[in-house]
Amino acid sequence: MNTATAEQTNENANHYAIQSKKLNLWYGAFQALFDIDLDIKSGIITSLIGPSGCGKSTFLRSINRINERLGYVRIEGGIHVHKQNIYADDVELIQVRKQIGMVFQRPNPLPATIKENILFGHKLHMKDKSYSSADYDDIVESSLRQVLLWDKVKDKLNHKAISLSLEEQQKLCIARLLPVKPNVLLMDEPCSALDPKGTAAVEELIWELRGEYSILMVTHNMAQARRASDECIFMLMGKVVEHQKTDDLFVVPKCKETADYIEGRYG
Amino acid sequence: MSVESMSVEAMPVENKLTESLFAESQLNVKNKKIQSLYRVLFLMMTLLLILPVLIILGTLIVKGGSMISIDFLFTDPINGMTEGGIFPALLGTVWLVSLALLISVPLGIAAAIYLSEYASENWFTRAINLAIINLAGVPSIVHALFGVGAFVMFFGFGTSIMAASLTLAIMTLPVVIVSTREALQAVPHAFREACWNMGATRWQTIRRVVLPNAVSGILTGVILEVSRTTGETAPIMFTGAAFFLPFLPQSVFDQTMALSLHLFVVSTQVPNVPESLPYAVALVLIGMVLLMNSVSIAFRMYLRGKKKW
Ligand SMILES: Nc1ncnc2c1ncn2[C@@H]1O[C@H](COP(=O)(O)OP(=O)(O)OP(=O)(O)O)[C@@H](O)[C@H]1O
Ligand SMILES: [Mg+2]
Repeated sequence: MNTATAEQTNENANHYAIQSKKLNLWYGAFQALFDIDLDIKSGIITSLIGPSGCGKSTFLRSINRINERLGYVRIEGGIHVHKQNIYADDVELIQVRKQIGMVFQRPNPLPATIKENILFGHKLHMKDKSYSSADYDDIVESSLRQVLLWDKVKDKLNHKAISLSLEEQQKLCIARLLPVKPNVLLMDEPCSALDPKGTAAVEELIWELRGEYSILMVTHNMAQARRASDECIFMLMGKVVEHQKTDDLFVVPKCKETADYIEGRYG
Repeated sequence: MSVESMSVEAMPVENKLTESLFAESQLNVKNKKIQSLYRVLFLMMTLLLILPVLIILGTLIVKGGSMISIDFLFTDPINGMTEGGIFPALLGTVWLVSLALLISVPLGIAAAIYLSEYASENWFTRAINLAIINLAGVPSIVHALFGVGAFVMFFGFGTSIMAASLTLAIMTLPVVIVSTREALQAVPHAFREACWNMGATRWQTIRRVVLPNAVSGILTGVILEVSRTTGETAPIMFTGAAFFLPFLPQSVFDQTMALSLHLFVVSTQVPNVPESLPYAVALVLIGMVLLMNSVSIAFRMYLRGKKKW
């Protein structure tokens, strides 16, 4: 390979959080993803839109390799996160899950207190050092501050997480990823279980996290993709149709399918 | 378009109904009658179910209650078991049940955790599940014969507490496995996913989230096992329980008396037994089961109160 181009790619790769190369994925005999080639920039919010069943969640779940829990999933091609192939043989799954946090459609706090939820991941991964309870308190406070939840829950850290409203639960689910300092946050329709007020609040929070984390967010809500993301990817039937700056994609889509979809003609 | 639709006028709907909209119809009346009929029917069936239990308990208390005293519980039987107490049998049952639990509970829980949390769905797991279900249906006398062959003779434990407890443990294992597995599967899958996605290993997930939320369900299985084990006669009769022993067991390799067998003996095998004695023994046996059950139920309720979702 030519040295000049190799350096060139390396240079560019620094800006990318997630790069997928010819990613194909099968559930048994059913192919769900076709040749996904994507370069997702770091530090910004990228939204992923497309009609139901087009493979958005599947793509997301192959970035933290949670798909493999299903025995019948087969994958070809690769995904690089910060230039490192997460499908390489020497990759430790636990580290992948630590570096790449995931938020789900339905908030899924653990059946424990708010504090325990925040510290759960931290206690799994940070065994090498010993922490005092003051350290723990700091971690809890800073995580909750980052998700704009601290003032609301600071007096009830020992309450059950389930007693929070859905919006607060979702924020908590984001907060509990932060203590282990992930690089990438994946969010699968993080607001679709919330009311408009909760949606606005969680969007605001996601916007706050922008810069520190690279965020890839699946959404069904076109307006949300438009106002809360820098770049936008449109998928259709397991393929990437278009990947552009959000403003451009919604104003001057390059492909007819994209135009049809964002105008609500199908999906 | 949206502005227009906001100012659309209401269209008068023709009211085809002559009578009131919400009055009771013939059909409503009929449905209500049927509904109360079924309610009464099911109530009767429930009453019918608890009736035998009440009758049994009542009879035992009336006929045997007067014999029960501290002395009765804590002295040896005398005069060819027609007088005295039941202490050796009581103690023997406690021995047998505790040892059986000690063996089957850890084994059963481990097996259930494997089946529910680790095993993938294939012919091997299906075969194991089928075996467990069938094992639960094997009559206790068959277990008894197996116990004689395996523990008394093959392993050379002789007729002893050890052999009898092992037989009881094998017999109740399927109950523990099935109920534990159900308790584990009642823990919502979302909790496991949340853990895995944060990078927890399977064991960390089980240890920190699944087990703590399944304890109360697991205890239900143990309660069932305690009740069944305490009352069983056939499996211990050939493997470790004796009709009458003039001394208490010194180790798990001795024989012992047991309440269930003692009840069988005094009610059918020994002449000149006072009429109230078998009733008193039965009452103690049932009382023991009820006592152990209520302790575990209380514990379960305590855990459930602490449940975090
Ligand atoms: N566990 C699975 N086993 C088999 N097929 C699956 C599985 N999960 C998803 N699929 C199939 O893969 C395709 C993509 O599913 P995926 O969940 O990724 O879609 P999606 O874009 O996230 O849809 P939605 O917007 O409804 O969440 C669908 O056709 C779906 O039926
Ligand atoms: Mg989805």
